[in-house]
Amino acid sequence: MVPLSAYIAVSTVLFMTGLLGVLIRRNFIIVLMSVEIMLNAANINLVAFSYYLESMAGQLVALFVIAIAAGEAAIGLAIIIVMFRGKISTNVDEMNLLKW
Amino acid sequence: MVLVFFAYFALASIVAGVLTVALKHPVHCGLALLALLLHVSGLFILLNAEFLWAVQVIVYAGAILVLYLFVLMLLNLKTDDRYFHSSYLYFLVPAAIGSLYVLALLVRSPFGGAKGDAPTVAVLQEGDTYAVGIKMFSEYLLQFEIVGVFLLGAIIGAIVLAKTPKPIIDKREG
Repeated sequence: MVPLSAYIAVSTVLFMTGLLGVLIRRNFIIVLMSVEIMLNAANINLVAFSYYLESMAGQLVALFVIAIAAGEAAIGLAIIIVMFRGKISTNVDEMNLLKW
Repeated sequence: MVLVFFAYFALASIVAGVLTVALKHPVHCGLALLALLLHVSGLFILLNAEFLWAVQVIVYAGAILVLYLFVLMLLNLKTDDRYFHSSYLYFLVPAAIGSLYVLALLVRSPFGGAKGDAPTVAVLQEGDTYAVGIKMFSEYLLQFEIVGVFLLGAIIGAIVLAKTPKPIIDKREG
């Protein structure tokens, strides 16, 4: 029997990896991929608690998280295409139009 | 046996996650993300969530990742020489220390709590898809509808954003 802490440890390590990716990568698409890693870590957590606490709510929230992730990917990639069309590269350091 | 599968899926998903962040070429990162998503879906199977397994494979690996790879190949990105942020060491050390601290807290905590109304035996009798469906269309109906409206808004927003802009014609002169 795998303890609940093991699942949460996996989820923690994955979440930290994704957070690190958001902070250190400079390509905007890779930053979005790191956000997907973090959402997956949250999903592991939700499903693990749903199994061990014998409640269905966690799986339903995980389902909604997947739907939100799909919308986020569509909007983010559309923004990337707009940036690329405007001759701005996908490097996050060069996107400073809104910087004050 | 479950332990062996858990160890495999957990280690493989962590390795794939690290590779997604660390690899240089964006397409390689996308393929590492695919490996991560598939191994996380394996973890869902171990937790008796086979409906979420199917959703993960179809929606995440099938739709979202294909969208990412489409955009990557459409844009024809070139890889930078210096692909990390210039001050990434400042982030790396606090992140490592923080995750080690959280891990140490996790190992010590018992995570007890009140049990819900869906014990494993009852879920296995009718199947996970049945249990999720009954719950979703009774208790979570409002949230389900809100997600539907959200997805419609996301589709419209993506189309409006990515549409080729028309040249603005000044009407005062014409």
